[in-house]
Amino acid sequence: MSDAPPRYHPPPVAIHPEGHAPTPHHPWLQHHFDSMEQQAEASTLGMWVFLVTEIMFFGGLFMAYLVYRHQSPMGFQEASHHLNIYWGAANTAILIVSSLTMALAVRAAQTSQPAKVQVRWLLATIFFGLCFLGIKAIEYTDKFRDHIVPGAHFQWEGLYPKPAEQFYSLYFAMTGLHALHMIIGIGIMAVIAFLASRKTFDSDYYTPVEVAGLYWHFVDIVWIYLFPLLYLIGRHYTPGGH
Amino acid sequence: METTAPTAPTLNYLNNGYGLKSWLLTKDHKRIALLYLWSITAFFFLGGFFALMIRIELLTPASDFVQPDTYNKLFTMHGVVMVFFFLIPSIPAVLGNFLVPIMVGAKDLAFPRINLLSWYIYVLGGLFTIVAAVTGGVDTGWTFYAPYSTSASNSHVILAGVGIFITGFSSILTGLNFIVTVHRMRAPGLTWFRLPLFVWAMYATSLIMILGTPVIAITVLLVAVERGLHLGIFDPALGGDPILFQHLFWFYSHPAVYIMILPAMGVVSELVQTFSRKNIFGYSFVAFSSLAIAVIGFLVWGHHLFVSGQSTYAGLMFSLISFFVAIPSAVKVFNWTATLYKGSISWDSPMLYAFGFIGLFTIGGLTGLFLATLGMDIHLHDTYFIIAHFHYVMVGGAIMGYLGGLHYWWPKITGRMYPEGWAKFAALNIFVGFNLTFFPQFIVGYLGMPRRYAMYAPEFQIYNVLSTAGATILGAGYLIPMIYFTWSLKGAAIAGDNPWGARGLEWEIPSPPPTENFPASPIVTENTHQYAPSREVGIV
Amino acid sequence: MSGHVAPKTMYYFVFAALIVGTGLTVLVAFFDLGVFNNILMLSIACAKALLVILFFMHVRWSSRLTWLVVASGFFWLIILFGITMTDYLTRGMVPGTPR
Repeated sequence: MSDAPPRYHPPPVAIHPEGHAPTPHHPWLQHHFDSMEQQAEASTLGMWVFLVTEIMFFGGLFMAYLVYRHQSPMGFQEASHHLNIYWGAANTAILIVSSLTMALAVRAAQTSQPAKVQVRWLLATIFFGLCFLGIKAIEYTDKFRDHIVPGAHFQWEGLYPKPAEQFYSLYFAMTGLHALHMIIGIGIMAVIAFLASRKTFDSDYYTPVEVAGLYWHFVDIVWIYLFPLLYLIGRHYTPGGH
Repeated sequence: METTAPTAPTLNYLNNGYGLKSWLLTKDHKRIALLYLWSITAFFFLGGFFALMIRIELLTPASDFVQPDTYNKLFTMHGVVMVFFFLIPSIPAVLGNFLVPIMVGAKDLAFPRINLLSWYIYVLGGLFTIVAAVTGGVDTGWTFYAPYSTSASNSHVILAGVGIFITGFSSILTGLNFIVTVHRMRAPGLTWFRLPLFVWAMYATSLIMILGTPVIAITVLLVAVERGLHLGIFDPALGGDPILFQHLFWFYSHPAVYIMILPAMGVVSELVQTFSRKNIFGYSFVAFSSLAIAVIGFLVWGHHLFVSGQSTYAGLMFSLISFFVAIPSAVKVFNWTATLYKGSISWDSPMLYAFGFIGLFTIGGLTGLFLATLGMDIHLHDTYFIIAHFHYVMVGGAIMGYLGGLHYWWPKITGRMYPEGWAKFAALNIFVGFNLTFFPQFIVGYLGMPRRYAMYAPEFQIYNVLSTAGATILGAGYLIPMIYFTWSLKGAAIAGDNPWGARGLEWEIPSPPPTENFPASPIVTENTHQYAPSREVGIV
Repeated sequence: MSGHVAPKTMYYFVFAALIVGTGLTVLVAFFDLGVFNNILMLSIACAKALLVILFFMHVRWSSRLTWLVVASGFFWLIILFGITMTDYLTRGMVPGTPR
């Protein structure tokens, strides 16, 4: 009997026999969480993990850019030269402003500012997001007009037509995917602004604003890399030279 | 320990609410796990049907059962369905969803609604793929290499691609949920090194899902865009680079095979402990080996590109690192073996699957080293040797782990005990059928029979006939658990809280568990899997 | 619940730095500095991204886990870029193999 393996021991864990009495808790606390703090930590971690997937998602496109630019450096510079650097720079500035207004919106909720202050910052963020999309619409229309949309109607008068078409395929893929994320972001902001107007957020509960802010800042960061890689590499390009 | 017959608890997650709405709108991770179980099983048999068609065609050297074009569609759909809709979700979505919250002592996953959403996304992606299948199928191979997939193929590439894209999000959301749950929802006292090894395995799997899946998502998107708009991204005729496609594809698809095997390894770690009544040998080594496989698995994808035109130096590097990735897997096999040593081994059906796994995974893994050897792979690439290799690890490994886990936790999930005699019979049936199917494929592949061909040289026929015979036995073997599991729901004995006498938080709660899992948060004071008395309390 | 509350001036400073960085990178693009064009351009972009991450996204005051998650994301990107480029950069180095 002493050789036999030990019998099943009493559980090493204590499962309290008394049931869970309903204790008063914040109206926005979901029941599988123990505290608002745990809920907030889980939500922010969840958004960060999601943003990592977004990094890898855009990363595939940046990988394609890297390979094709390595293969045709002059062609990419020539193609980039054709982009309007001023629209691009303006859009960069606009997105940075929108990140500022977003960060201030989060801070407003975090410091229990009145609902209309929170909403004001959120609407400002949406406004600048729409400005960004407006400029992109102008740029895209210009491309259609100049026949540099890749596909059947692509016409390139410069020296490197094939790399130019690759460049513009990547341009549309990358900025298009980015714009799609902007549109989704604006939709999210509209929902957050609506909730904020109903006095939902204060220093006890502002996680949705913070988490939406993380998403918005991420979309800004993608553009921070897109802008130089697409718009600035051909600035001093001269045909036939370097 | 009980002298009276066990009874099922009166209120549990299964009878807490009836009707379609209570299932389709559930937030309970246990119900969502069952939703996945049904849909995954359906896809398994769909993929199995395609496999049957393939094996019937390969009985004879000529392409007489189906035309070559149709054959291309059969092996493509077999691969797509089995990889994306069965193997990748299987253990995480069924066993992981059910067990991870319980094993960390929580009431549910961190994001229950996202969990439900992930199931709907999975079903939606599956529907796209089924539509692609019934309206003519895809013939590119599950690896949909460009430029065939982007330019030359006449099949429903975009439709199937969209299905895969959508289902990828299901994988991402599941992984996200697990990562946040393990980090932020462990019960008081449940430190990382007291977690069950199954949780470590699920965590490592989730890391791969998060870091890898987005890359195949963007790749399939680019394929669709190139195919639809005739852009030159991957097609060399349009100025694109087909090797770039392969890099992007395999950056995910190699780690994806670790998504398929790591959960099964986690299951085996649990089974080996319970059925030898011993603590795992080298707990921290096994835990860290899961993380090591996840990380190193991301560095080896180029071993799929050895003959593609990739640079030789890159090939050398990938070959070397591929050898390294075998090491943590070997660590696990050694530790399982050491756990068995001087253990009190019982031969219950889950343990049969665990043994099957250890043996067959070892064979499959070792043949992977053949393929990682750059020189050998030149000869073996695109032959049946490859097919045998990955079926050994995926079917002999992952599916055995899945079935072992399903049997082990079935009493917990349903409160019923399946018939053990039939389960043993099915396990042996599957083992014999599996080896008869795939071992001849090692030989015929080494002799030079290429994969993805409806026709082959007549001297290979004997191996193909053996393989088809094995596949028939294997298919019958898979049907048997379907029958007795279904029967057990009403006809079998009630299982009780802990029919195996196992350790672990899931065995401390009733079978089936109540919706909220625990009446209050458990407080954990030592490793949840203590079969031997812990050193702190002295020798018993 | 708590969280670090930064003064508004901090946000305005970071904003100003981001605008200055944008102006700088545009300015540098107009000059031909050879390989330094790319280096400067990417350095400025990384600095801007870091400012957004640390201050606007509050990572400066977040847990080590958050920091680890962010770092892993970018590290994995480097793995994708770096290892793939080892293929493209070493093509044709062994005589008789494809360029």
